[in-house]
Amino acid sequence: MRRDIFQAIADPTRRAIIALIAVQAMTPNAIAEHFDSTRQAVSKHLKILIECELIKQEPQGREIYYSLEVEKMKEIDEWLLQFRAIWEKSFNQLDGLLAVMKTQTEK
Amino acid sequence: METNLLFEFTVNKPEKTVHITREFDADLPLVWDAFTKKELLDQWVAPKPWTARTKYMNFEVGGRRFYAMVSPEGMEKWSVQEYTSITPKTNFKMYNTFADAEENKEMPGSAWDYVFTEQNGVTKVSITIFNDSLSRMEKMIEMGFEQGFKMSIDHLDNLLSTLSQK
Repeated sequence: MRRDIFQAIADPTRRAIIALIAVQAMTPNAIAEHFDSTRQAVSKHLKILIECELIKQEPQGREIYYSLEVEKMKEIDEWLLQFRAIWEKSFNQLDGLLAVMKTQTEK
Repeated sequence: METNLLFEFTVNKPEKTVHITREFDADLPLVWDAFTKKELLDQWVAPKPWTARTKYMNFEVGGRRFYAMVSPEGMEKWSVQEYTSITPKTNFKMYNTFADAEENKEMPGSAWDYVFTEQNGVTKVSITIFNDSLSRMEKMIEMGFEQGFKMSIDHLDNLLSTLSQK
């Protein structure tokens, strides 16, 4: 099943994992050390993040490192554009309101 | 009413801060009122088809505004704003938290700083939003996303009704 990125980042542990490996690629053991939950629980979160293509696995020697899929993270930045659009719309509404208020104060 | 009024929107993720600057073609006292009086705020802050409903607002230091953003389906998203500093017609600061309908706050929240300046009848409002955590910032944006989605649907409705009139 293909999951979507919003589901991926709906979970606080997964957001924390993203924040961790955004700084540097890490092994699953190193990631798990940052959490109180079990290795298995962390592995499950990593699996979901991989399925969403937000992170990727890279073998280095005998270890596997997890790192961020930068392109995919850009999709999250689309949110920010949405957020900007909200403000733009509200401010345009305020322009209209101010125009009405102006005519009222001039009377 | 298209204008060339300034609109800046920047997000600084490492600093967990959003900066918004917008100019308005009106004198400062009017703009100040639009940002600080509940009956005016409720008329513009929610992007249509959402509406804003302020239950009460005491605009004074230590005072609160308890309000909801209401979706077209009637779903209410409550928030509490607590005013921490007010310099009339110049600046006010508040702390915003999401809340439930019983006014129980969901910490952490975000700190908002509004600065008002006027030049030649154009009023500039600069807003700085600082989030206590990155996940709080994401939640704030997520809520915006939800409203943005409704907004797109709204645009589609308008487009379809325009097309069907032809």
